[in-house]
Amino acid sequence: MKQDIILSGVGGQGIVSIASVIGLAALEENLHIKQSEVHGMSQRGGAVMSHLRVSSRPIASDLIPAGGADMILSVEPMESLRYLPYLSDKGWVITNSKPFVNIDNYPEMESVMNELTRLPHSLMADAEQLAEEAGSVRTSNMVILGVASPLLTLSAEALEKGIQKLFSSKSQDIIDMNIKAFRIGRNFTKGKGF
Amino acid sequence: MKQLLLGDEAIAQGAIDAGISGIYAYPGTPSTEIMEYIQKSKQATDGKVHCRWSTNEKTAVEEALGMSYAGKRSIVCMKHVGLNVAADPFMNAAMTGVNGGMIVVSADDPSMHSSQNEQDSRFYGKFAMIPVLEPSNQQEAYDMVHYGFDLSERLQTPVLFRITTRLAHSRTGIDLKTPRAQNLLKMPQDTRQFILLPANARVRYKRLIGLQNDFAKETETNDNVSYTDGADKSLGIIACGLAYNYLMENYNNAPCPYPVVKICQYPFSTKHINHLINTCKEILVLEEGFPFVEEQLKGITETKLIIKGRLSGDVPRDGELNPTIIAQSLGMETKSSFKVPSVVMMRPPQLCKGCSHIDTYNAIVEATASMNLHRVFSDIGCYTLGALPPYNAIHTCVDMGASITMAKGAADAGVWPSIAVIGDSTFTHSGMTGLLDAVLENTDITVIISDNETTGMTGGQDSAATDRLQQICLGLGVDPAHVKTIIPLKKNHAENVQVIRDEINYKGVSVVISQRECIQTSARKHRKS
Repeated sequence: MKQDIILSGVGGQGIVSIASVIGLAALEENLHIKQSEVHGMSQRGGAVMSHLRVSSRPIASDLIPAGGADMILSVEPMESLRYLPYLSDKGWVITNSKPFVNIDNYPEMESVMNELTRLPHSLMADAEQLAEEAGSVRTSNMVILGVASPLLTLSAEALEKGIQKLFSSKSQDIIDMNIKAFRIGRNFTKGKGF
Repeated sequence: MKQLLLGDEAIAQGAIDAGISGIYAYPGTPSTEIMEYIQKSKQATDGKVHCRWSTNEKTAVEEALGMSYAGKRSIVCMKHVGLNVAADPFMNAAMTGVNGGMIVVSADDPSMHSSQNEQDSRFYGKFAMIPVLEPSNQQEAYDMVHYGFDLSERLQTPVLFRITTRLAHSRTGIDLKTPRAQNLLKMPQDTRQFILLPANARVRYKRLIGLQNDFAKETETNDNVSYTDGADKSLGIIACGLAYNYLMENYNNAPCPYPVVKICQYPFSTKHINHLINTCKEILVLEEGFPFVEEQLKGITETKLIIKGRLSGDVPRDGELNPTIIAQSLGMETKSSFKVPSVVMMRPPQLCKGCSHIDTYNAIVEATASMNLHRVFSDIGCYTLGALPPYNAIHTCVDMGASITMAKGAADAGVWPSIAVIGDSTFTHSGMTGLLDAVLENTDITVIISDNETTGMTGGQDSAATDRLQQICLGLGVDPAHVKTIIPLKKNHAENVQVIRDEINYKGVSVVISQRECIQTSARKHRKS
């Protein structure tokens, strides 16, 4: 078993927390994991990405080779397209459909959506709207992780344990809200027949 | 169960478990998380491990050397360009040698994700003639810290620990060792060891030269340089540090068909290299950073041996490596089914909404609008983003502290107005001495210290300057009438423009401290309370 995922978004949107949950879940299931993050200057309002690799066998490289990713998991639609050269021909793009507009020349949403729907395997969800159902837009990361979860080889139980661990220093309310957000996202995709 | 740790955190935990009594560092991507991890570690707190930020990398190395002098283990961490700042104590620590074990971590940033150059720290190791460790993965990083301290104490030498961004900032499961107790206080036996008077220094230098064989032997007797045979002798591969993983990625857990020498320690073992050269037709050198090994193999005379690498053009001369680049250098096919669609626009980093630097720049831009030849010499920090639109406010950014000194040099040459923009932490790191230069000649410059009360770009570490800037400027001799403080907020804009304009028009050294807390730091404090 091996799954290579590119996580993408805009600095400040918190893709690191998604990566951490997957990492913790992978350790929970005794799998090998490598997760390459971006820190420092490139964090601030700029494009950010993270390479996440989970495998039952030892993993050599911290970086995913071009054309090798099984999934691009993005919290921002335009950013999901930036790393397409990493995607394998059978790979999935899963993204939040809500744009984060902090540049003057952000493209028309229609053209972004066209590019996404042209891909052989893509799935979009309005993570912010779903996160509001969970109780706070701040849980939209966990929503998008939930949306992707039926396509991850990690079990939902392990991922939920990962969420509990990541937020272990926070109140039970915050943990529950994030688990709820994850489940709302997961049901969204399940509802589409996955 | 394994601990999920960043490479930086693995080094930090390794240092705690190896029994350090102190870590010394100045923040710098990608090294910052080593100190941050130790500051948060209960184990380190319980062991009373010293873990406060130093004012700059030079003071950090000297403090670490002082701890080593007292017989205890110390680690000192910085980004690659920080080692330039610390080069003086670093080079001379090689001469004194150590008492307690001492490791210097230098984190290189190939591809310049967050840096102004991609210099390769291995050259510093060779320059100082000390052992260099270059782990290929995070577990090795953890283990090598233990080994590095033992080596340091056994051969009485500082050890350079070279890492790169991907190793530092990649997270994986790490197996931990049983912690070792800290050393007891113990002064050096030789009272002249740390007195580098020329007569002593000559003795120390001969000792250092004599150690070179021991360093080389050390590499031959451990696994940090290893040889793996391969059936296909048409090519022999030398893979250093992280490059080894990128190489092996291309064989998908199967062995590499070519013989491979993996190098994770320098000076590297000539035994394995000679074997490779004698059995293979061509050699491919894969190394992150500069062609360090490749140049040494080539030497300066013509050789019949075909050596491929960054110098020959078989591997790109600049930028970080990855599995795809290495596949291409091996002539393997690489594939990408999709291209980046043209609708994808660049999204460069930017100053945060509400950032105090924005208001400071808006005031500077307006104050200088009518001054055709004004020049703004800036520095290293978030405020370097003032070079980008919509501000287009600065003309230089070179190294920590260069704003004030370059402004002085330009003023000496006749530039007016000559303005320096420097952050608070950068000012105490390397700006104070330059300001003293300007004070000594009362050079006509205006120094704007954009004080956000933190070391912002690296994520909000404590700043040595907080609450001390005015005192420092006065102490250095700036005329009290020309040390002004402004609050960079929209509502103060007109007033701030006037202050800056007045100080520019003053013929002499003036300092404007533009003070408002970083909104990220402030938000974090708010969340905590």
